[in-house]
Amino acid sequence: MAELTNKERMRIPRQDMPVQDAAARRANFDEVALGLETEAARLEAERCLQCSRPRCVEGCPVDVDIPGFIEAVRTGNLSEAVRIMKTRNSLPAICGRVCPQETQCEQLCILGKKGEPVAIGRLERIVGDWELRERTQALEKAPSTGKRVAVVGSGPAGLVCAVDVARQGHDVTLLESLHLPGGVLTYGIPEFRLPKSVVMGEINHAIENLGIRLCVDHVIGRIATLAELLDEYDAVFLGTGAGLPSFMDIPGVNLNGVMSANEFLSRVNLMRGYDFPQYDTPVKIGERVVVIGAGNVAMDAARCSIRLQELHGNGRGEVHIVYRRSREEVPARAEEVDHAEEEGVIFDFLTNPVEIMGDEAGKVTGMRCIRMQLGEPDDSGRRRPVPVEGSEFDLPVDTVIFALGTSPNPLVFVEAESLSRSRWGTVIADEETGRTTTARVWAGGDVVTGAATVVSAMGAGRRAAADIHAFLAGELEPWSDSET
Amino acid sequence: MYEILHKERLNPTCHLMVVAAPGVARKARAGQFVIVRTDEYGERIPLTIADFDRDKGTITIILQEVGKSTMEMGTLRVGDGLATFAGPLGHPTEVQQYGTVACVGGGVGIAPLFPITRALKEAGNEVVSIIGARSSDLLFWEERMESVSNRLIVCTDDGSRGRQGVVTEPLTELLEERPGQIARVWAIGPAIMMKFASLATRPYKVPTIVSLNTIMVDGTGMCGGCRCLLEDGARFVCVDGPEFDGHKVDWDNLLSRQQFYREEEQQAVERWQHRCQLDEAVARGGS
Repeated sequence: MAELTNKERMRIPRQDMPVQDAAARRANFDEVALGLETEAARLEAERCLQCSRPRCVEGCPVDVDIPGFIEAVRTGNLSEAVRIMKTRNSLPAICGRVCPQETQCEQLCILGKKGEPVAIGRLERIVGDWELRERTQALEKAPSTGKRVAVVGSGPAGLVCAVDVARQGHDVTLLESLHLPGGVLTYGIPEFRLPKSVVMGEINHAIENLGIRLCVDHVIGRIATLAELLDEYDAVFLGTGAGLPSFMDIPGVNLNGVMSANEFLSRVNLMRGYDFPQYDTPVKIGERVVVIGAGNVAMDAARCSIRLQELHGNGRGEVHIVYRRSREEVPARAEEVDHAEEEGVIFDFLTNPVEIMGDEAGKVTGMRCIRMQLGEPDDSGRRRPVPVEGSEFDLPVDTVIFALGTSPNPLVFVEAESLSRSRWGTVIADEETGRTTTARVWAGGDVVTGAATVVSAMGAGRRAAADIHAFLAGELEPWSDSET
Repeated sequence: MYEILHKERLNPTCHLMVVAAPGVARKARAGQFVIVRTDEYGERIPLTIADFDRDKGTITIILQEVGKSTMEMGTLRVGDGLATFAGPLGHPTEVQQYGTVACVGGGVGIAPLFPITRALKEAGNEVVSIIGARSSDLLFWEERMESVSNRLIVCTDDGSRGRQGVVTEPLTELLEERPGQIARVWAIGPAIMMKFASLATRPYKVPTIVSLNTIMVDGTGMCGGCRCLLEDGARFVCVDGPEFDGHKVDWDNLLSRQQFYREEEQQAVERWQHRCQLDEAVARGGS
């Protein structure tokens, strides 16, 4: 086929990804977005102008050679696309599904200036999925160095760190507190957005290929402390995430029917509560559900609620998202918000809860809210929501799910006094290297940044892995500070 | 998998299991708990540690059949494995030399009370223990408790063993008999028993430690399903507890939260019992 001119490329429309029909998907937990077909992927790849100085790469936290892999997709050489991808990103099937591409690579794509950017995320996904099926690229491991590294937490940061460190020939033990690896990929993000077969496929492939020892049920801080790990290992990476939920300080938060998004999503995803009683862990859903917050976790909780209502035969129930700011400030990925609206989630913007009411048995019966309006910009640069006096109103609800962000779980810091933390409880670590204030301890991901994205955690895991390897190879000064 | 090395039936609904879990045993201390799961389909259940042997690398748990998950776990045999055995979780009991202490156990609560009582005795305390159950066939570990107590009072609701009555009666008498001498009370058992034990000691201003058993998912501070209300706000039982000052606990909130999944539990039990009956019928060669 003759090469297209840039003009011709720009005439190709951005290829839509087929999705499950909104009415049908309300009643199942199957994946919503079905992935580009081969021909659509090739057409989408044709749209890339192959910029000599690609801006998209600047937007990628792990510096994937985006034009490179897209060119390989265009010429039908998926094996080459995988090779290019995996030099920077070991989990493309996951990133292709959960990265907020519209604020990263795709936001900087030159095509976006006049029209729509190249669908980089969709192309990444097709490459990742192809490799999950075909397994063309074995992960190669350098000869053994005899050095031992403990990676605490098997979420995005820990996984990538473990893979990168193991590839350098170091002996890696991956410690996970739950019974399944994956962290938020497993307990948090629902099946319909990120199938667990994809998560387990990526993880199992990596740990088998690289001989990583996975220890589940290992709650660090309890079964072993950080100090004990340092006795046994040459280096320790902390990728323990931000798992501690927050509730609002309002009356009624301990009523039956009030829960954290973490509890709700763990019951649904980790414990497969949507399959109760096939699986033993139940998950209760009311007819009138309200999710407080508007991040990705809130969207996940709301969309799980819709599905559970359908499956439990409460299909005429309502699911609300209550958010104190306006639509403009919603932090969730645009696609998640669109999908939630299509599925029937009702958004109550500029609304804030002030009290949860219950009956004599201690069950939730309603939530008192107050209307908000936007005032002057706050520290985050967003306009600060302020209550409208006298605007209180009651919502009849029976289930309240708090999705207000999370902070690091302090359990891992037991007897780890030399590890400095911020006043938000996050670990203080060098952004470039992941080094903490404790010798031979690195950290990255949400435990350092607070709740952020999967791919930024992966980027931190990768940078720390490079520094750990340089340290173990003796290329670096042992530790610049006195904390040894 | 964590192998079940020994199993015995303590009473019609309670089983004792000794489980191989060297990592947990190495760190386990009185007052802590483990999260246990039977198989891939199972719930994560919090169970208090009833004993541990660091040399043998074992943990002893006592399982009371209250729902489908615990009933199913009760069918496991020696040599079978548990899919999950995570711990030791929660804060251990604060063991010091307090002087004279009372250890009060009700029903299955006697199991977690035992290692605490032993630790308190070893720390040089004079220990008065009070254990109770509905009837003699439900009572277990009387001898074990006796071996770690200076004095042991046994009671049953129906009088079939020891004195007739509930544990709060001898507890109140003890506080009356020895005013100002009981430094601390541990009360472990069903929530309702802990509530009344706390009410009994309150007028005497004796610090009373209870071990709360709430609904949990992860057991590591992640879900918050276990939260209980104290006078000064909510706490997570899994990471802030499981032991709390019984005088500060909002017992009615605790009791109501324990009931939240009752309907689903009932549904799961019925479904499971139905399946067991079918299995039996098939095994008998019936239709």
